[in-house]
Amino acid sequence: MGTTPFDPAVVRSLAPDVLAILVRRGAGFAAGEDAVQEALVEAWRTWPDDPPRDPKAWLVTVAWRRLVDATRSEVSRREREERVDARPAPGPAASTDDSLQLYFLCAHPSLTPSSAAALTLRAVGGLTTRQIAEAYLVPEATMAQRISRAKRTVSEQRLDRPGDVATVLRTLYLVFNEGYSGDLDLASEAIRMTRQLAAAVDHPEISGLLALMLLHHARRDARTAPDGSLVPLAEQDRTQWDTAAITEGVAILQLALSRDRLGEFQAQAAIAALHADARAFTATDWVQVVEWYDELVRLTQNPVAQLNRVVALAQADGARAGLAALAELDDSLPRFSAVAAHLHEMDGDLALAARLYAEAATKATSTAERDHLVRQAARLNAATR
Amino acid sequence: MAKYLLLKHYRGAPAARNDVMMDQWTPEEISAHIQYMNDFADRRREAGELVAEQALAPTGLWVQYAGEGRPPVTDGPFAETKDLIAGFMIIDVDTPERAVELAGELSAAPGKNGEPLHEWLEVRPLYGEPPLVQD
Repeated sequence: MGTTPFDPAVVRSLAPDVLAILVRRGAGFAAGEDAVQEALVEAWRTWPDDPPRDPKAWLVTVAWRRLVDATRSEVSRREREERVDARPAPGPAASTDDSLQLYFLCAHPSLTPSSAAALTLRAVGGLTTRQIAEAYLVPEATMAQRISRAKRTVSEQRLDRPGDVATVLRTLYLVFNEGYSGDLDLASEAIRMTRQLAAAVDHPEISGLLALMLLHHARRDARTAPDGSLVPLAEQDRTQWDTAAITEGVAILQLALSRDRLGEFQAQAAIAALHADARAFTATDWVQVVEWYDELVRLTQNPVAQLNRVVALAQADGARAGLAALAELDDSLPRFSAVAAHLHEMDGDLALAARLYAEAATKATSTAERDHLVRQAARLNAATR
Repeated sequence: MAKYLLLKHYRGAPAARNDVMMDQWTPEEISAHIQYMNDFADRRREAGELVAEQALAPTGLWVQYAGEGRPPVTDGPFAETKDLIAGFMIIDVDTPERAVELAGELSAAPGKNGEPLHEWLEVRPLYGEPPLVQD
């Protein structure tokens, strides 16, 4: 019969193409996106029992019908008010460029980062508002409002203007970094969308971001203990790392680096690759890690990168070198106290390190991080008693 | 059913019986405490009594409207004497007695030497809707 078994990832991956087809046929972005969303919700409801033979054609048909219904009711609501696109003529199928414009539109600089992330997850990621709301732990009505405001903002933008890859990458990175708080795994969704983007556009930084995501995702299972507590890189069981993801990430990164157009995501991925490559924390090539941090700091001037560079420097050249470099940085940086505590512990001043860990705990931004830092303080206090 | 807010304090509550700063516990004692708190929340969830729970950072500041066209006035970080909430849990239970019972259980979370904290928790009824039938 040639029917397709229900696969949520497939449903989601079709969303941007379907929307692009609707837009190409003359639908406005906002109305088209609503229609695709309704078609997706319908697909989630009916496909598990009744999968279509051609999922994309099914989604286009249902979305288009919804669009026409919505347009009709809008027309009747407004009585005789004229609407230009009440009956858009069917046009050609969407091209890769059309889908690509959606990435740019959803990450448009006129949007706030959180709005861009939410809109990208819906229009490009093919997720329902409810799924996005659950992932960000906000009420569904709040997320619906955030998305509809974002759509209002971007619907004034023209869809055919070339976009900026950097804003798209920042948005995808933001989604990835949000991690996995709810049922929906935002990190996996971000990887899926970045993969789709990388398949459509040949750009070393897109590859760099994809490699970075894969390399970090590979360590995911090792990053938390069974009781939910954080396991720092130095203590992770490296046999738990996903070697297939590492191999893929490294291969993508090498190809990107060979293009000789370095960017921040490639530099970050290179650092992650060096960690992935080491059999043990002590076997890490810290000198190379520091060199890549130098590149990253040069590219971004990012103070967080500077702080991470200090940690690597301490491993390469000793705690004193790290402390000297740390003294150059702004002590109000997030995680400054935690890094200071770590370096003072390396330097043998356990009492000071314990005080700094306790101070760092009060500045933590998550309970997992706070609990980890309190445990570090407790460990050193117990050792010095 | 009625909803109650259980409030846990960093400071401002009467002193707990087992009142030792957490960084003076052993890492195992800390783990046992966290496990107890997580298990308690899980049991309330499974019993259909949990509405929400959230831990709060100890940092923060006072903010006040400063008048038309001016940025708000801020005052922070908090003074050492300020009552400081550490976290809250909202439960939905049948009776006030049940709310007290659960708060008591939460206050028994283990601390230093694995002994119960006996910390003081605040129990506050949430306002609900007026009943449909009043007479």
